[in-house]
Amino acid sequence: MLKRLRENKSAQGTLLVTPTLIWMIGLLIIPLILTAVISFGTRNADGGVIYGFSLHNYARLIGFTNDCPDGQASCFDSLYANILWRSLTLAFNTTILVILLAYPLAYYVARAQPKRRNTLLMLVLVPLWTNFVIRVYAWMMLLREQGVINSVLGWIASRFGIPFSPLQMLYTPGAVLVGMVYEFLPFMILPIFTSLEKIENALYEAAADLGANPFRTFLRVTLPLSMPGVVAGTILVFIPVMGTFIVSDILGGRQVILVGNLIQRQFLDARDPTFGSAASLILMIMTLIVTYFYTRKFGFGEEIIAV
Amino acid sequence: MSQLSEYAVELRNVVKTFKTPEGTMLNAVDHVDMNIKNGEFFSMLGSSGCGKTTSLRMIAGFEWPSEGEVFIEGKAQGHTPPFQRPVNTVFQSYALFQHMTVYQNIAFGLEMEKAPAEEIKTRVGRVLDMVQLNGMERRSPRQLSGGQQQRVALARALVKLPNVLLLDEPLGALDLKLRKEMQLELKAIQQKVGITFVYVTHDQEEALTMSDRIAVMSKGKVMQMGTPVEIYERPSSRFVADFIGESNFLEGTVQAINGDQASVLVPILMSEVTGLNLGNLKLGEKAVVCIRPEKIRISEQPAFKTNSFKGAVKTTTYIGSDTHVYVDVSGLTIKVWEQNKISSLDPKAYYSTAQNVYINLFPENTLILADR
Repeated sequence: MLKRLRENKSAQGTLLVTPTLIWMIGLLIIPLILTAVISFGTRNADGGVIYGFSLHNYARLIGFTNDCPDGQASCFDSLYANILWRSLTLAFNTTILVILLAYPLAYYVARAQPKRRNTLLMLVLVPLWTNFVIRVYAWMMLLREQGVINSVLGWIASRFGIPFSPLQMLYTPGAVLVGMVYEFLPFMILPIFTSLEKIENALYEAAADLGANPFRTFLRVTLPLSMPGVVAGTILVFIPVMGTFIVSDILGGRQVILVGNLIQRQFLDARDPTFGSAASLILMIMTLIVTYFYTRKFGFGEEIIAV
Repeated sequence: MSQLSEYAVELRNVVKTFKTPEGTMLNAVDHVDMNIKNGEFFSMLGSSGCGKTTSLRMIAGFEWPSEGEVFIEGKAQGHTPPFQRPVNTVFQSYALFQHMTVYQNIAFGLEMEKAPAEEIKTRVGRVLDMVQLNGMERRSPRQLSGGQQQRVALARALVKLPNVLLLDEPLGALDLKLRKEMQLELKAIQQKVGITFVYVTHDQEEALTMSDRIAVMSKGKVMQMGTPVEIYERPSSRFVADFIGESNFLEGTVQAINGDQASVLVPILMSEVTGLNLGNLKLGEKAVVCIRPEKIRISEQPAFKTNSFKGAVKTTTYIGSDTHVYVDVSGLTIKVWEQNKISSLDPKAYYSTAQNVYINLFPENTLILADR
């Protein structure tokens, strides 16, 4: 039996893949099919599912509703479409901001002395030692009305005798953006660092030698060679930001509702699993579309993921 | 090119100090003076750590001297960055841009000069001809062999028509046969374009083959600077005589100085040896007699009254063109390269072990160097 396995390469392959395959089928494929099935059903009075084929939930997400103020049979309500759009733009803005913050830092770390580089890398990872939710709550402490930032600003204002009323920072889109950027920054720094670290010093010297000043060296050599890192980081940041609900829940309150919050509330508060399932699928499709076009243009950053 | 200076590159009293990992300071380049003439093929030769690459990097502008000054075309360079210097470098690792094609790699330097597109096209085409890489324009450097990559690196630097081309062991990664081909080709290209080449190598044969002049370096200092013939035939020190080619050394004290000749008493031979006085000799001081193995004649009877010494053949090695004969003279092993001038299968035509012979040192081929 063992001997035969040793000789059979394809059986070896199957054996290696099987555990993960069972895991994925049980916990990803089947639930996904269930989600799809449920999304086409309708909700009964006590939150159960009546199976069938109805596009009602999808219509509602796009903006058609039966719940009209003046007694019409159907009308347009952009509530959910707005949520989808908000999620998309927030994920986009977060990714851009994270790239802008992560790149210089990754560059600095990659160019540091090897000993120092390890210390710096560890510092980048330090926040990840703390629980995700706790880190978001920490931002709440900073941003709320009697929080650290307002206290400091108030103290400075009082020293100069300027009247000061606390800024409303918590429960704003800005707070959610700040929280997201903070949470996902390491996931951009690491792949960009990896790609920058691989660039031989001689390449910078060659560019300078051929007449490129530091700025043009960056544009023509450094940036293109580090693009795989940027691409890998973008995938690692954009997709989770699209779906996460904790940051917006804690820092956005009822003011900043994203698809993630919508889905969570449909399952837990509104007890409408059919609508929640539809929203889940729409989120997945949106993410897939964006990722598809992005990777078609830039690739997957394979070189980085392969490391 | 404005010709204010006859020298393409000058190093004046240049020092480069590095901090070692142990925290001490080390002069990687130690008070070096070098004059490299326009249009010359100049080599810096030495083993690793001798300061040759650091010297080259200071000319390129990747490093700045701790003391002294680098002049290019008579202009002091100070802290001028590499992208403003009229020199280009061929890197040991080639340092090709992997995200660009061969064409884009070569065009890069011209684009940085903001040369018009048409001109870039002609100049890249011309240099591709020169390094025989036509048809490779669209390839990625990854798809090229080591030799081809080397040519791209050369083309990329040459296309800029620099006043001085700096080459840092450019053939180091190639196999022996390709290296020999490229040596000749590099020399031919250098003569064709007339650009000053400054070439760094640890391979003495390479340096002798290609260079107009060589600077032999050791421990950050220039030991000798001269033409290949001067370096080989008139080494200025025991170090150079030992480093370049093979030599026999006999230690002794200066007994007589007679114009361009001198005599040294060699205790182990219990005799005097007469040879060329290469200067710096003082009566009664230590000196070393230096003679190349191919310049010694072996005979059955002594050829001279002095400078002929009796010995016995220890071993011989037949290597085709030559026979290497190792002769034991008073316990010293003297290397003698005998050219095989006659074609013979008879073992008697060659020296055999334990045979008694005389080695004859022609005074005009024997060098006397101060040994300090």
